[in-house]
Amino acid sequence: MLSRREVGGGRSSLGFSLIPSFPQGSNNKVTVHFINRDGDKITAKGAPGDTLLDVVLNEDLDFDGFGACEGTLACSTCHLIFEDEVFKKLGPVTDEEMDMLDLAYGLTDTSRLGCQICLSKSLDGMVARVPESVTDIRQSKDESA
Amino acid sequence: WTYEIETWWIFQISLPTYKTDPSVRFSSCTPKVCIVGSGPAGFYTAQHLLKTHQNVHVDIYERLPVPFGLVRFGVAPDHPEVKNVINTFTQTAKHSRCRFYGNVNVGKDVSVGELKQAYHAVVLSYGAEGNRSMGVPGEGLAGVYSAKDFVGWYNGHPSCRELNPDLNCETAVILGQGNVALDVARVLLSPIDILKKTDITQPALEALVRSQIRRVLIVGRRGPVQVACTIKELREMVNLPGTKSEMVEADFDGVTEALKDLPRPRKRLTELLLKTALDTPGDKEQQRRHQASRTWGFRFFRSPSEVLADADGNKTVGIRLAVTRLEGSGEGARAVLTGEVEDVTCGLVISSIGYKSHPIDPSVPFDTRRAVIPNTMGRSMFPSGLYCSGWLKTGPTGVIATTMNNSFDTARSLVEDMESEALDLSSVKTGSEVISALLEERGVKSVSFSDWEKIDSVEMSRGEASGKPREKILTVEEMIQVART
Repeated sequence: MLSRREVGGGRSSLGFSLIPSFPQGSNNKVTVHFINRDGDKITAKGAPGDTLLDVVLNEDLDFDGFGACEGTLACSTCHLIFEDEVFKKLGPVTDEEMDMLDLAYGLTDTSRLGCQICLSKSLDGMVARVPESVTDIRQSKDESA
Repeated sequence: WTYEIETWWIFQISLPTYKTDPSVRFSSCTPKVCIVGSGPAGFYTAQHLLKTHQNVHVDIYERLPVPFGLVRFGVAPDHPEVKNVINTFTQTAKHSRCRFYGNVNVGKDVSVGELKQAYHAVVLSYGAEGNRSMGVPGEGLAGVYSAKDFVGWYNGHPSCRELNPDLNCETAVILGQGNVALDVARVLLSPIDILKKTDITQPALEALVRSQIRRVLIVGRRGPVQVACTIKELREMVNLPGTKSEMVEADFDGVTEALKDLPRPRKRLTELLLKTALDTPGDKEQQRRHQASRTWGFRFFRSPSEVLADADGNKTVGIRLAVTRLEGSGEGARAVLTGEVEDVTCGLVISSIGYKSHPIDPSVPFDTRRAVIPNTMGRSMFPSGLYCSGWLKTGPTGVIATTMNNSFDTARSLVEDMESEALDLSSVKTGSEVISALLEERGVKSVSFSDWEKIDSVEMSRGEASGKPREKILTVEEMIQVART
């Protein structure tokens, strides 16, 4: 007889699982579309509760210099830009996040730091744009700035 | 072998065609690049090069036995998250095509010219080891320090070990209102209970325990709207336990009116400043201020004119500040002297008016006025094959992310030059082989990245004993000793 513990998909006393266990959260993954700096759309999935920075790291998305401080609100390199409707769903911004966001190049009214946005089912299919970094305009001339 | 020589000649004659076909690289040898300086600029440049070019080999030379530059010696001890970038630098250092050579003084142990001969390209990223001076009488008195040295002292830079600043006075005056100035103010006034859990050096911690400093003034020649610090650092001061702020209300005339035209970041910063300076505190805040034993404040429209000495002419007892007024408004406003002066009693003066780069070698062009290497997108004007990144390229401002972007930019220029053959890759360069031989001849023993990891490990285990993330080793000699175990 299978014990209550084993019913959930764990190992039986036979040494292998008799109850098929669904991969954790395969039907509650959240899809995120990133637009990278070249304008390409890159689709990735994350689990509810993952931050957008987690998704970028876990899926090995290649955005130059993204997430330098590893999600500790000590930089602005995970800066992402959203459409109005999505932005509204992202919830309130703390002063702490705003303080760092203020340093981001190309700041917009719908900017957020990716390390502070947690995925939820209601955000499924969201689009996040990775903005240009400073270099592209300000430092493309000699250092006479 | 005769046949091989014939074939080789055929390749030589056919070279032009092969050169333009990107899938055939017979004419290019493995590109070897060396980077001078292992701070954020050096590491981010290396990182980008290794990522975007599949054959390039990168050697990073560093004067000290330990890497990471200002991440180790500049970032405040109570900002450990900012140092997380060390993790990505460590990954880069351990890349199969990257090598770290510590304890090598470029300009003394080996010349830039020798590096240029050994490598296809040289990237100078050695930052800014000097500081701008105030240029006022009394600057050399005991009790006057540059922020660079003061920060280097509490962060354990070997060259600042003997600073021994005298903290036996009530008031400290800091000139400059950027983030470095605020870091210094915060370290001077932070409760010891907070500092003792950081990687601040033990001698600095002990000096701060004995410190008599109870008041810190952070002085700038322009007004509240021009203040150079950012909001995170200002908020840390406002919320610093055991302290209260003290500002001059009159300094804020006209600031509320200016708010509406400011972009959001500047607006939020100015609003916080206004609130701190002018708001009438509620009961709870009133009580907190009453219990505060330490004070800090900004002083605006003041520029240093002389450091005042005691009767014997040795020690600092005050600073004479010239009163200014603003011409123009916003970022471009200029401070103009009014002719008035004001004396402030203090025993410690810290000038935090900017770091400054030094030239490394007469063969490298250097703009002495701006203290940078003249460049276009990281390419030095001449000679070819010389690049720069970080503060040496743009001047000493900006946070780590700024340096990161600027370094990626230089790396892009370099890779572009490798691919367009603006950079000559036709001859084999032996890179570290020849440099290592030179160094050995000269009795210089370099420190490898795994040697650094021994130092790292010793520092961390010593720190554990006292509840700190690490206890930094303070002399080059001891660093090398640990490296050699």
